[in-house]
Amino acid sequence: MTVAIDRATGQRRGEPGGRPGPLSRLKQSYQRYWYAYAMIAPVVVVLGVLVLYPLARGLYLTLTNANSLNSARTIGANHIEATYEFIGFDNYADILWGPTSYDRFWSHFIWTIVWTALCVALHYFIGLGLALLLNQKLRGRTFYRLILVLPWAVPTFVTVFGWRFMLADGGVINAGLEALHLPAPLWLEDTFWQRFAAIMVNTWCGVPFMMVSLLGGLQSIDSSLYEAAEMDGASAWQRFRYVTLPGLRSVSSTVVLLGVIWTFNQFAVIFLLFGDTAPEAQILVTWAYYLGFGQQPRDFAQSAAYGILLLAILIVFTSVYRRWLNRDEQQLAI
Amino acid sequence: MSTTTPTTTGTATAAADRPTAPAPSAPRSRRRGENSRAGSLASHAILIVASLAALFPIAWLVFLSLGPDKDDYLHPGRIFGKMTFANYSHVLQETPFFDWLISTLVVSLGTTVLGVLIAATTGYAVSRMRFPGYRKFMWVLLVTQMFPVAVLMVPMYEILSELRLVDSYLGLVLVYCSTAVPYCAWLLKGYFDTIPFEIDEAGRVDGLTPFGTFARLILPLAKPGLAVAAFYSFITAFGEVAFASTFMLSDTKYTFAVGLQSFVSEHDAQRNLMAATAVLVAIPVSAFFYLVQKNLVTGLTAGGTKG
Repeated sequence: MTVAIDRATGQRRGEPGGRPGPLSRLKQSYQRYWYAYAMIAPVVVVLGVLVLYPLARGLYLTLTNANSLNSARTIGANHIEATYEFIGFDNYADILWGPTSYDRFWSHFIWTIVWTALCVALHYFIGLGLALLLNQKLRGRTFYRLILVLPWAVPTFVTVFGWRFMLADGGVINAGLEALHLPAPLWLEDTFWQRFAAIMVNTWCGVPFMMVSLLGGLQSIDSSLYEAAEMDGASAWQRFRYVTLPGLRSVSSTVVLLGVIWTFNQFAVIFLLFGDTAPEAQILVTWAYYLGFGQQPRDFAQSAAYGILLLAILIVFTSVYRRWLNRDEQQLAI
Repeated sequence: MSTTTPTTTGTATAAADRPTAPAPSAPRSRRRGENSRAGSLASHAILIVASLAALFPIAWLVFLSLGPDKDDYLHPGRIFGKMTFANYSHVLQETPFFDWLISTLVVSLGTTVLGVLIAATTGYAVSRMRFPGYRKFMWVLLVTQMFPVAVLMVPMYEILSELRLVDSYLGLVLVYCSTAVPYCAWLLKGYFDTIPFEIDEAGRVDGLTPFGTFARLILPLAKPGLAVAAFYSFITAFGEVAFASTFMLSDTKYTFAVGLQSFVSEHDAQRNLMAATAVLVAIPVSAFFYLVQKNLVTGLTAGGTKG
């Protein structure tokens, strides 16, 4: 009946020795686990209805040529039935190696990878640097901390509009650059600078989360380790390399994974910063949205296919990442 | 990060430049975590720059919201002479601000309540019990959190329009629950993990069922964790853009995330009003954020970094 387990050993506490027969095992297992199943039932139901069912329909849609002209729709009082057809894997083939697939998919794919890698690296290293600074005994560090989490406290959709004012041609950033006699790029029009601006804004938005998490990780490192290291004559760098970094490992692996997932899926920053004006700066998520909802006619099938491809990329990445972390028994925290 | 050798210039990098240097032989009078004067100056300098970078875009938005003309953001110097709260009164009186407020609150609170209610027992179950299928279930919860918006958007749109739920609060709440529920379950598991297992055992010894233990002993202890989960679902629903822009069609049902865009999507961009609205939205949310941020950090590290 008892279902609590000992977390250290993974063994059930008070488990009786010996194996009973199959029938009583089934009965015992039912008695043992029905609580667990009853408790997870609400989430299972919700996931089934709100996630798996739509996902299955989405998968089916990717195998059709559905768009807003042939889907079921209601115009006034008339209801028009769906007329789209099953076309097999044509959508995927078209996206991945059809004509112009480079312009439509691969260029966005490459940019998405670059975007994710750069953003997460910037988030992590700036966040780590600030966390290290804030972890010292420093006058006013609570105050700094309060200000530094501000980008996280204000909703993204608000701050992105603030950035749009600043980045606009003639906005404060270009005015400042001109005052310094530096070239003033067209942040919101020129492809390279659009990408630059997107990374800058997203970095600004994402650093506080990393900083706070890593600061939590730093504070949980046992200070006696530092004292021991200092006793052994370790330099500051050595203490950082052999005490701080290993101590941060489980936090780091989690926040980096979360960071990759969130950045890869980051919709608001790019969508709100550029709207439809920057086809080259769209990452796959915003591009998929554009295909499905930003153009006429709306291409539901291709948009859904992009969604499935994106999910597949993330799942593959996460599996590889977990395996890579687990290679020497380092369990990923999540 | 502090060495006391006389050769060190005191900055963090100076120490890092000699990774294999032998231990400094100078006697240590300071304890770890205390900095040399130059080192702490450098730390302050970096932190001040970072704080300015964090603060400026927000401060700038507040500043622009005081300028009465829609093109004031192009020549901010002129704002000084004519600062006014006219934008605010205009936004509050003549735009659908309060409609947006109501829809944002209805949708966000609906998502929060549903998400936390549904997820609570699950978080407890996956924290305390190892049942067959446990690992698969956790994997599903994790995968759900990486769904790009694009995955569910099209099918959700189809399903909701069949159910006539497009442009309805319930529809948007249901859509948000698809992410909020697994997220809350995950977060709450992390929090329940931090509550000692001995409490469960004591309850069990006293004859409580797992449900009784959960409801009578664990739930009251888990209030901070529940608050964090609630806050996160609220904030997520509050700031969501993609689904809200697509599924909310009538402008009185816009959430703030959509409503704000409507100031510029028209031919004439009312940037001053937009800035004022943005500030009005940001102030309560940030205030709330600061109120709960202490719990937030604990909840986050508990939920995010413990297995």
